[in-house]
Amino acid sequence: MLAYTIRRILQSLLVLLVVGLVAFSMFRFVGDPIDNLLGQERTDADIERLREVLGLNDPFIVQYGNYLIGAFQGNLGISYRQGRPVAEILLERAPATLELAFVSGIIAVVLGIALGVYTAIRRDGILANVIMSASLIGVSLPTFLIGILLIYFFSVYLDLLPSFGRGQVVRIGGWSTGFLTSSGLKALILPSITLALFQMTLIMRLVRAEMLEVLRQDYIRFARARGLNERAVNFRHALKNTLVPVVTIIGMQFGSIIAFAIITETVFQWPGLGLLFINAIQFVDIPVMAAYLMMISVMFVFINLIVDMLYFAIDPRLRVDRSGAH
Amino acid sequence: MKDLQTEPTLSIRNLTVDIPTRHGILRPVDQVSYDIQPGEILGVVGESGAGKSMAGNAVIGLLNRPAHIAGGEIWLGGTRIDALKGDAMRRLRGKKIGMVFQDPLTSLNPLLQIGDQLVETMTAHLDISMSEARKRAIQALEEVGIPAAAARIDSYPHEFSGGMRQRVVIALALCAEPSLVIADEPTTALDVSVQAQIIALLKRLCRERGTAVMLITHDMGVIAETADRVAVMYAGRLAEIGPVRDVLTAPHHPYTRGLMGATPLASQGKARLHQIPGAMPRLDALPDGCAFHPRCDCVQGKCRQNPAPDLAADAGRSACWYPVGALV
Repeated sequence: MLAYTIRRILQSLLVLLVVGLVAFSMFRFVGDPIDNLLGQERTDADIERLREVLGLNDPFIVQYGNYLIGAFQGNLGISYRQGRPVAEILLERAPATLELAFVSGIIAVVLGIALGVYTAIRRDGILANVIMSASLIGVSLPTFLIGILLIYFFSVYLDLLPSFGRGQVVRIGGWSTGFLTSSGLKALILPSITLALFQMTLIMRLVRAEMLEVLRQDYIRFARARGLNERAVNFRHALKNTLVPVVTIIGMQFGSIIAFAIITETVFQWPGLGLLFINAIQFVDIPVMAAYLMMISVMFVFINLIVDMLYFAIDPRLRVDRSGAH
Repeated sequence: MKDLQTEPTLSIRNLTVDIPTRHGILRPVDQVSYDIQPGEILGVVGESGAGKSMAGNAVIGLLNRPAHIAGGEIWLGGTRIDALKGDAMRRLRGKKIGMVFQDPLTSLNPLLQIGDQLVETMTAHLDISMSEARKRAIQALEEVGIPAAAARIDSYPHEFSGGMRQRVVIALALCAEPSLVIADEPTTALDVSVQAQIIALLKRLCRERGTAVMLITHDMGVIAETADRVAVMYAGRLAEIGPVRDVLTAPHHPYTRGLMGATPLASQGKARLHQIPGAMPRLDALPDGCAFHPRCDCVQGKCRQNPAPDLAADAGRSACWYPVGALV
């Protein structure tokens, strides 16, 4: 188990290095930051000097190496646009995205599993079929369109909920939270539904398919033949087996909730990391882009690691044989 | 032939199971009647698709939709159970009727310890505490021959071999002391060397408790060794029923005789086995007359036009117009 964990961590580091390399090589194609940094009245000498200062004349492998060395020392560079340390900017923006992702994740997982189980158990029910048909909308409509439709209905037409921003936030230490004010909570509703909808329908359809598969298994028939009631069969026997593969996907989905928050944050002008990244791309703010991509990949790799560890907790077949067995 | 003093544990009368499909109704079990007495082991044999498992599933109320009981009666210890629904039927399963499935590798939930599976079964049917149930679970495991049962009760199914798992399955089927056990090919998925042990175990436990057994199998050897009586099924109908010794040594129905001829016996050496020509007809393409007549080697005119005679539970032995050794 320990050896496995260490091996997985080493693999994770390797993945991170490769992701960073690919990201860095792509930055050469997004544009020249010099154009934005220097105004109209620039000279060739200015440009050349700034290039040298920023290290942009080095081959990208060297740039990447320098970046990594800095990153390991906690120095993610200075934002070209804001002239402040990138780490500081990221920390400032992170609470907005994390709170949004957290609420969306809860909505997606709780509703997704509940609806998935319901539609699997009541496979032929009318309501289950209605839910399944409706879920196609969630899967096929693009996120930005859902966001715009929600804004149109709830903000413009009904004038119930704010269409942009976080509302009032309360600062607790370095963390700014929208959970403690009513305007902050109201502002959370539309973006979190927008962000959750796709993940929720995905989880729901996955849970349903897995559960139907599990319900066909012999041990479910045997549980019925032993006279267990439907609740015990469905929840004690079927649901637990259903969740083994579903946990992986849910873990991965949480990563993508944060990553895909970019679109939702843009639609709702949510002051989080995604919006920061979009603005950074427009300005070719390479340090911010690099830090964001590295952060997302660290998160994915880390979640992956946790999910693999969770497997051991859920599925006894993967555990190393304990003493006493055999 | 029927013992009138004791009431049979299970009594099936004209049981018919239908599966409605787009192309018409299939009838995998057709007018089947038989009894099983307390402590008796009835072997049910037949080819795949003959309806033997389907009849077993009908008795325990686990037919997969859209299959359903379309006619006939099922009596369990004097109570009619074929019309029971939902919770009433659920209470009988495990408590009055135990079931053992074919594949022990897939019958146990891989994520639950075997002790938990035993305890949940017992507490579902018996009014006992968790700790009492756990004590009885250890006993039950000891009875089916799991060594160090007290230590192994917290093991997961994957920590047991196939034969051991089937012992656990048997313990599960018997733990609420049912009066009838339906064993659906309990040894088919096991090693030959383990098969005999499992059969002997099942036989011993049921003898001790007076449990009636419906032993569904296609293994004539298992039948010869274990069963008291044997019922032969063909294309959903009962072809022949009677005491094992009589049926095996002097089969009346040509199909039974064919089955016996197709079973290798050590005493016969390498003599060529007899084959029954052709295959069992599909349920949607049953021939007119006796369903077996296209494959029968003593077929006569009557067999082609008239359905085989009904085999009443207490009347003759075989459903054949011209039973072997009777008239012709």
